[in-house]
Amino acid sequence: MDFDLTDEQVMIRNLAREFADSEIAPRAEHFDKHKEFPYEIVAKLADLGFLGLPVPEEYGGAGADTVSYAVAVEELSRGDASVGITVAAHTSLGTMPFLLFGTEAQKQEYVPRLAAGEMLWSFGLTEPQAGSDAGATQTRAKLDGGEWVINGTKSFITNSGTRISGGVTITAMTGTREDGKPEISNLIVPTGARGYIVSRDYDKMGWRASDTHELAFTDARVPEGNLLGTRGEGFHQFLTILDGGRISVAALSVGLAQAALDSSITYAKERVQFGKPIAAFEAIQFKIADMQTEIELARLMTYKAAWLKDQGRDFRMEAGMAKLFAGEVATRAAGHAVQIHGGYGVMEEFPVARYWRDVKIGEIGEGTSEIQRLVIARLLGL
Amino acid sequence: MNVVVCVKQVPDTTARKEFLPDNRINRAAVENVINPFDEYAIEEALRLKESQGGSVTILTMGPPSAEDSIRKALAMGADSGVLVTDPALEGSDAWSTALVLSRALARLDYDLVMTGMESTDARTGLVPAALAEQLKLASLTYASRVEIADGKVRVNRQIPGGYQEVEAVYPAVVSVVKGVNEPRYPSLKGIMAAKRKEIQKLGFSDLDLPADSAGKTGEKAKAVEVTPRPEKPAGEVIRPDSPEAAAGAIADFLQAHKFI
Ligand SMILES: Cc1cc2nc3c(=O)[nH]c(=O)nc-3n(C[C@H](O)[C@H](O)[C@H](O)COP(=O)(O)OP(=O)(O)OC[C@H]3O[C@@H](n4cnc5c(N)ncnc54)[C@H](O)[C@@H]3O)c2cc1C
Repeated sequence: MDFDLTDEQVMIRNLAREFADSEIAPRAEHFDKHKEFPYEIVAKLADLGFLGLPVPEEYGGAGADTVSYAVAVEELSRGDASVGITVAAHTSLGTMPFLLFGTEAQKQEYVPRLAAGEMLWSFGLTEPQAGSDAGATQTRAKLDGGEWVINGTKSFITNSGTRISGGVTITAMTGTREDGKPEISNLIVPTGARGYIVSRDYDKMGWRASDTHELAFTDARVPEGNLLGTRGEGFHQFLTILDGGRISVAALSVGLAQAALDSSITYAKERVQFGKPIAAFEAIQFKIADMQTEIELARLMTYKAAWLKDQGRDFRMEAGMAKLFAGEVATRAAGHAVQIHGGYGVMEEFPVARYWRDVKIGEIGEGTSEIQRLVIARLLGL
Repeated sequence: MNVVVCVKQVPDTTARKEFLPDNRINRAAVENVINPFDEYAIEEALRLKESQGGSVTILTMGPPSAEDSIRKALAMGADSGVLVTDPALEGSDAWSTALVLSRALARLDYDLVMTGMESTDARTGLVPAALAEQLKLASLTYASRVEIADGKVRVNRQIPGGYQEVEAVYPAVVSVVKGVNEPRYPSLKGIMAAKRKEIQKLGFSDLDLPADSAGKTGEKAKAVEVTPRPEKPAGEVIRPDSPEAAAGAIADFLQAHKFI
């Protein structure tokens, strides 16, 4: 057993940390406040290779492992969760579906450009009437003259509406199976396809600098060849995609929680009340000790899930546990952080206020905490 | 243009330093990084390689863990590395460091040797000039700009109040100042490629040096005592409600302490 990161993983962590400290964190408040997508930061991340981190070298990526990817998302999110989710969604939800299920031609066409960060890609699963129950998709696609004609709406789609958004892969009902259940397939829809409109921009409480849009498909048309992999495999495909995505959202939560802890320690040492730094009070120390303990546990489970994936082993349970635990730990950590900062914690000039707003989505996006518990219970055979 | 960059691994500048009984920094107790000044030298060498062709080799004397610093430089884009490591070299002073580096350089093919202007731990700033002396090469120190033309290297050499323009036929030794460029981050592809690049290891016996020429026994300058800087008293933290109030408070403070 070995709990040390490899030399490479350490270098990747140090690079992500250095970049987060010097390029991301100092500007996070600005982007959050103005709800501005950090194009410049994303471009720099692309230059450094962060948008293709776990993509094999033959498809233009850095060819790093999942542990490195988790460590990188953690560190970037420590600087700003909005940047973390931009990278995580682009990689796990945007790029991975091509690598996992695309035909060789589809991989060649899309992946190198995605890995280079020339464009972002998103994954459209959630709909107004299909959230946790993502299989209940109402979006329909019919073949007509060699083209898929798509009708429906997708909600809350990350990375779909930026200037560099190349397109979205969506789940849609493409027919009815023999057993009467809907046949679900994934379709590749490039930005600008006829009938595809990036509509409403959301006003979010957290992850405000990340891009989230509603998507409308009105007789939208894409070529028949834009089916991702095999027809009717959409349900199985998106479950697999989400399993991998959970590792990165867990990592994001760990990073955010660590940021909350770091700020808390600094502040508790500085703030003097009753003649001593509040860090001298046991009530504050206990909160900080709890944060430290829980964050380290969440980190371990996240890395373990990533490691299992790298070993080619079943990681679904661990990814679910990591996402569940890290999400809830981070919410508690951000709560403690605000409490330790007192009134200043409520003020936006302290980053903990942003952490507190950002952190909750870790318990919601890519499967709510309740759904993680369901996943874990199912894997236990319940 | 083949450039060898001499890179030292130093304790993280922000880390609290502990000292060993013989007055040297306890490197095992802190996070170690590339000497920040050397990052400028690496960047400058990479730029020369990009504009002139050739290669960049990283030369480091240090403990086995200094390999991490070489790897980082390789991840930034350097081509290969040489690590001179031997317990016999521990405690080498500036002169013997230069001697050891010069012997390692004798095994390498180079047009230019680049270094940072000083290291952030010992801060003697002597190694670049001592190295040039050992190699019998021109020494162009404190360069804030480096240019190659007509078989010569030309630098702007920073001096108080301005700079000199100096040039020399290369091979030569050039030390660069902070701010000569903006060192790049290693890229992820660079990090992944770094493990496939070669790091050659040399020991004391490879250097062909008399036993008492380096390490503790070769010491010409001895650190007889170290005194940590006295702790700064805790600063006063003010949390005014508005930028105006903040400006006022700062002005009052500066006036009270006769800074303005
Ligand atoms: C900022 C942001 C970005 C997002 N990005 C994307 C994206 O890029 N792509 C994408 O497809 N989606 C995205 N989502 C959508 C996200 O995955 C969904 O919001 C999430 O899956 C929950 O669905 P819902 O919002 O419809 O909630 P619902 O499913 O309506 O859930 C409401 C509540 O009921 C609970 N619940 C539901 N079913 C059960 C059950 N069976 N047992 C117990 N409790 C249950 C839930 O846990 C929750 O507490 C994003 C969401 C956000 C907020």
